Amino acid sequence: MIPAAFEYSRATSVADAVNQLRTAGPEAKVIAGGQSLLPMMRLRLAQPGHLVDLNGIPDLDYVRVKDGSVQIGAMTRHATLVRSELLRANLPLLAEVAKEVGDPQVRTRGTIGGVMAHADAAGDYPTVALMLDAEIVTDRRRIPARDFFQHLFTTALEPDELVVEVDFPVSTGAHRYLKFRRRVFDWAIVAVGVQRLGDGWRVGITHAGPTAVRAHAVEDALRSGATPAEAAERASDGLNPNSDVHASSEFRLHLAQVLTRRALEQAA
Amino acid sequence: MAQLVRLTVNGSPRQEEVEPRLLLVHYLRERCGLTGTHVGCDTSQCGACTVLCNGQPVKSCSMLAVQAEGMAITTIEGLAPADGMHPLQTAFWEEHGLQCGFCTPGFIMAATALLAENPDPTDEEIGRGLEGNLCRCTGYVNIRRAVHKAAAAMREGAGAAAPMGG
Repeated sequence: MIPAAFEYSRATSVADAVNQLRTAGPEAKVIAGGQSLLPMMRLRLAQPGHLVDLNGIPDLDYVRVKDGSVQIGAMTRHATLVRSELLRANLPLLAEVAKEVGDPQVRTRGTIGGVMAHADAAGDYPTVALMLDAEIVTDRRRIPARDFFQHLFTTALEPDELVVEVDFPVSTGAHRYLKFRRRVFDWAIVAVGVQRLGDGWRVGITHAGPTAVRAHAVEDALRSGATPAEAAERASDGLNPNSDVHASSEFRLHLAQVLTRRALEQAA
Repeated sequence: MAQLVRLTVNGSPRQEEVEPRLLLVHYLRERCGLTGTHVGCDTSQCGACTVLCNGQPVKSCSMLAVQAEGMAITTIEGLAPADGMHPLQTAFWEEHGLQCGFCTPGFIMAATALLAENPDPTDEEIGRGLEGNLCRCTGYVNIRRAVHKAAAAMREGAGAAAPMGG
């Protein structure tokens, strides 16, 4: 399967990429790791008229810790996150999640900025971003994760706006990410992340709706003294997941509860 | 509009104009004549098209040829010395790590990347290292055995500083 024809240009800086997007117009799209975009283009689910390649932009590939934040450059690859000692020491949940994204080949190319901008319902990093109140830094502003993910494949980004960094709070407490899938490289059918932060828990759920969600009802129950098993019953509150070939809506609700309980029990 | 790409394939520098939509796998097979890299699933799942880009494994069906600008690509043809086989090739043969062989180049390239990072992997680590590759006939047990055997041979070879393969 061959993608439809398109024009191609390489950006040399963030400003250059934004300029190229503006010049090329509404048919243009940026390509980062391309691990979702290229398969979609091959299936002709996406047919951009112009691709602006971000892979030649220097200095967007980093993990650094500053003022209580873990700052990750948008073009940082999953493989880099898996290997980063700094990430393991300051945000071990994300290091654990990175290991579960795709497979080694996908992790070589795929980027954290690409995952955020693509906003797949089954993406893993958006859940962590929501749970921890991360901020998505673009070429022009900082967007809180809760405002960034709007719907399936839909974010607050303007057509010519570029993700340049994702900032998470340093979070070193007990944590766990449990991803339920048929095969190890599959997207999550449902996944749940938990993180001990300050005197409470943060809980997020992947793929139980068009975007990831933060499970406030579970967090509140835990704060009120509920056991993990009691609190986990609240994991499906307010959710209305789709049925598809992988799972019915009811099964996804069940998974949200079961995975939440297990993640809380296993968190270390 | 055609785009210039300059890259190295199995050690040979190349420079040519390609259509931007040309996938790396098609560039390797059709322009370079390197048909050892297979097109399997066409949906970037099976890993049959795995090659190394600057030593890292990628699915060459999920990368544009123009994106290989400045990179060193290694395919299955570039793995072995001219007069022999790579230890992974020998081990897949000896341990019956293949039946139809269609997935084998991708498995061997993924295993090459795995062993470069982890010369003595456990069963679990081999499973995780090869999770991006599918085999539909031999099964994974013999493949895992082959990777263990090649790893041992490569460690021994490295210790003895002897040339590998053959």
